[in-house]
Amino acid sequence: MPGTISFRRKAVDRTMKALFCLAAILVILPLFLIFFDLLIKGGKELKLTLLIDLPHPVGEPGGGIANGIVGTLVITLMTMLWSVPTAVMCGIYLAEYGKGKFASAVRFAADTMTGVPSIIMGIFGYILLVLPMKRFSAWAGATALSMIFIPVVVRTTEEMLRTVPTTVREAALALGIARWKATLRITVRTAWPGILTGILLAMARIIGETAPLLFTALGNQFWQSHLDQPMAAVPLQVFTYAISPYEDWHDKAWAGALVLIAMVLVINIAARVITRQKR
Amino acid sequence: MENVFEIRDLSSWFGENQVLKKIRMDIAKNSVTSVMGPSGCGKSTFIRCLNRMHDMTPGFRMEGEILLDGTNIYSEKVDPVYLRRRVGMVFQQPNPFPRMSVFENVAVGLKLNGRKLSRADISEKVERSLVMAALWNEVKDHLTQSGVSLSGGQQQRLCIARALAVEPEVLLMDEPCSALDPASTSKIEDLIEDLSEKYTIAVVTHNMQQAARISDQVAFFLMGELIEMDKSGKIFTNPSDKRTEEYITGRFG
Repeated sequence: MPGTISFRRKAVDRTMKALFCLAAILVILPLFLIFFDLLIKGGKELKLTLLIDLPHPVGEPGGGIANGIVGTLVITLMTMLWSVPTAVMCGIYLAEYGKGKFASAVRFAADTMTGVPSIIMGIFGYILLVLPMKRFSAWAGATALSMIFIPVVVRTTEEMLRTVPTTVREAALALGIARWKATLRITVRTAWPGILTGILLAMARIIGETAPLLFTALGNQFWQSHLDQPMAAVPLQVFTYAISPYEDWHDKAWAGALVLIAMVLVINIAARVITRQKR
Repeated sequence: MENVFEIRDLSSWFGENQVLKKIRMDIAKNSVTSVMGPSGCGKSTFIRCLNRMHDMTPGFRMEGEILLDGTNIYSEKVDPVYLRRRVGMVFQQPNPFPRMSVFENVAVGLKLNGRKLSRADISEKVERSLVMAALWNEVKDHLTQSGVSLSGGQQQRLCIARALAVEPEVLLMDEPCSALDPASTSKIEDLIEDLSEKYTIAVVTHNMQQAARISDQVAFFLMGELIEMDKSGKIFTNPSDKRTEEYITGRFG
């Protein structure tokens, strides 16, 4: 009977739709759980002093993670200072010039690096900078983070440039514009919102990285303005506080994690806003 | 009449595939030359040879000479960047630069091709180009609006203004109306006629009526060969080659 078949098809259709929807909920659920858990457990320590005070010793009430917040910002900015130009230019090379074996090798290397566990990057920074300099430093931390940042941005830059239609490049060249100028001022400009979004998402990723900093920036209980000295960072503080045996430090760890998530969230929202402006 | 382009035995290949076969042709100054023929006859490939747009196409190869004012444009001495400043191009699909305003679209060629121009000079040249492209009246109050927000026909005229802004001598147009509606097409055709007073224009078209309306001379291409080239009036009324006659009477193509 045709009516039965149609009923069955509709039922299957609805079931499948419900399954897809369920999967979508499962994907976003952890974010909300983490966020609410952090709000509950870290919320009580989330005071102004957390943001503006140095850490206090165990048992002494109060104290904050101000040096960690500044350290994280400093290390992140250092990383981006040399990683953004390098990664974007490498992405331009791959998208606009890279046709041969060398380009394929670079692409393969970048993809492989994206999959390398971040602790390895920490060890790399340790061997490359910490051992020769005989001290932990912000430099070493930023170097380790670059190894995570660069391959991601290289690939997103390349992908974004590939979305620029050939007709745009042809139109630019047909105006008698030199190729490097056409690439930088027209092709890259066309893809820029996408590239910037990629940069911000990679930035959000390195802000939360802990493992690469363990053997490089190390962490610091105090203010540190020298880049060749160990420097505090929020993820390191969360790590240190969380594995400590003290109850009040645990609360700080929760609050630190909340600060970290908030930073990442702000950057992600900025990325969203930029992507939306594109249209 | 003085010739701007003299094409001598131009053959070209994409890989193993020969696309153009020993083309010999002259393009006269301040005239409109149409290149017509069925799809795949090599007419687009041909016109893109004239400003070296194939330079970056992998597997492209050519023989013969293309002389622009007596100089072979494929000789070592010729910089393709300078060549393209003299020989501008309008493409089949309107392709304004996304993320640039109407003004920037026209100004960008002036800004990026190495001439030092004051802001006032640029504004003046942008306006003049938009006037020449018969677009000024429609966009003069929307210069900061995005170029891609214009209608298709306006976008194509914007592309023409962009090409004119860098003050080329020759304008190549690769089926400039094939993506446009009849009203926009007729605007562009009028424009081509006006521009031919100052510019040398070569237009690729598969539309015979259009070729008849706009051109001083017409070249008929078939399977990579130049079958016949003659004055527009002659080729449509009394072609010398049988294949041209078959094409214009609609027996193929």
